[in-house]
Amino acid sequence: MDKMTFENHYMKQFDEELEEIRTRLMEMGGKVEQQLQNAIRAIGEADSQLAEEVIKEEQLVDNMEVDIDEACILIIARRQPAASDLRLVMMVTKAVNDLERIGDEAKKIANHALILADEGGSSKGYTEVRHLGQSVMSMLSNALDAFARFDVDAAMRTIEEDKQIDQEYKTALRELATYMMEDPRSISRVMNVLWVVRSLERIGDHAKNLCEQIVFVVKGKDIRHQR
Amino acid sequence: MNAIDPVMGAKAEVKQNLEVADNQVTVGSCFTDAPKMTMRNVNVFYDDKQAIHNVSVDIAKNEVIAMIGPSGCGKSTFLRSLNRMNDTVESCRVEGEICMDGENLYAPKLDVVELRARVGMVFQKPNPFPKSIYDNVAYGPKIHGLADTRVDLDEIVENSLRKASLWEEVKERLHQSGTGLSGGQQQRLCIARAIAVSPEVILMDEPCSALDPIATAKIEELIEELSQNFTIAIVTHSMQQAARVSHRTAYFHLGRLIEVNPTEQVFTMPEHELTEAYITGRFG
Repeated sequence: MDKMTFENHYMKQFDEELEEIRTRLMEMGGKVEQQLQNAIRAIGEADSQLAEEVIKEEQLVDNMEVDIDEACILIIARRQPAASDLRLVMMVTKAVNDLERIGDEAKKIANHALILADEGGSSKGYTEVRHLGQSVMSMLSNALDAFARFDVDAAMRTIEEDKQIDQEYKTALRELATYMMEDPRSISRVMNVLWVVRSLERIGDHAKNLCEQIVFVVKGKDIRHQR
Repeated sequence: MNAIDPVMGAKAEVKQNLEVADNQVTVGSCFTDAPKMTMRNVNVFYDDKQAIHNVSVDIAKNEVIAMIGPSGCGKSTFLRSLNRMNDTVESCRVEGEICMDGENLYAPKLDVVELRARVGMVFQKPNPFPKSIYDNVAYGPKIHGLADTRVDLDEIVENSLRKASLWEEVKERLHQSGTGLSGGQQQRLCIARAIAVSPEVILMDEPCSALDPIATAKIEELIEELSQNFTIAIVTHSMQQAARVSHRTAYFHLGRLIEVNPTEQVFTMPEHELTEAYITGRFG
């Protein structure tokens, strides 16, 4: 039953409702992806305006979470979904939570971008942010692609990417610690970068959760906390 | 890629074809270690028309097994062959082996009347006798000679009505007619009548389809309680009901037994595509 379709219900309206939560989750994913991208760019380019925008638009992501959750609750109440339908609805309610948290982390990054831009000065640590940022962006985008196609193989590969990100995170921490030791005056500044790096690592974890949920929808197997 | 193994390696290939093949094999766990009833290669015909194709399954002691499937899939026919209710249908012929505690129920010398006391039945529409509530329950024990004295009989009637969660509602009017009760009460009266003769197995053929949600809830709660002492096979059109009351669920499709699995699995991760299609309300 690896081929996922959410069509062909005797009740046509049910097809549409499932399709709608799926589409809206994709939209939310797209929005969050954009938020993250802008937040990372705001750091590198010291772009306060872009950072402000990210902070402002976080509200949109929150609203999406609430709306999609509500749609899921309605489906459960109206349709009593079973089997793959039930798994999809449960997955979506969990996935919106992860996406919302990614939105939160993007907002935190944007906040730090504001502080860093206000202070001006050295761009120490930005290379680490850029590297890790690229990996995390790619992981999130792969996770969303895997969801769009219900591709278990792609989801499993994406989960593996999280190990790489954890590795890069540790390397970045070491680099940042070195900067602080070299120049204690930079500590407060580098601390801001450190929080950004931390947020990026957390986003990797949320993308991983998303992938685990995809495996659950398609295979009916819960692979959380297995390593 | 070792990490993929726990997921990828786990599942057998599932039939993509929604047609039912002649050599359809039931997927899932049909057999149990301590079966109360065992059915092997059961075929049921109405004249030349085959209604049940080669069904093999066990019913465990004290389990509630739900049989689900679209109309005409053979689930009621199958249920009725378990206490030879089909004997009353002239054109009906049953092949294969149906045993209870290892004893073949279709053996020529088997006493069918006694069998139906051991395997009781509750029908879709409550069908109390046009007699008093007391007599409805007392009838079975009387004809089967289960009570020697009036006191014994009173006790059986009270116990049966208690087990059917009806005692409190009718104890003041035991000698009024059973047909004067509400639909839900009548159905519980029929359940009391079935359990009055101490059956080992109770067959229920859509016992709640004529009842409102509250009466249904009472019967469902009752099924849960009865499963402590009885083995229950229930045919139902309500999938939520099957999900709520049963331990295992059997899915029938066009006379074939497609899948038998623990109920929690059937409703979250069915093994066969046809089961999935049916319980999610899709055309397969």
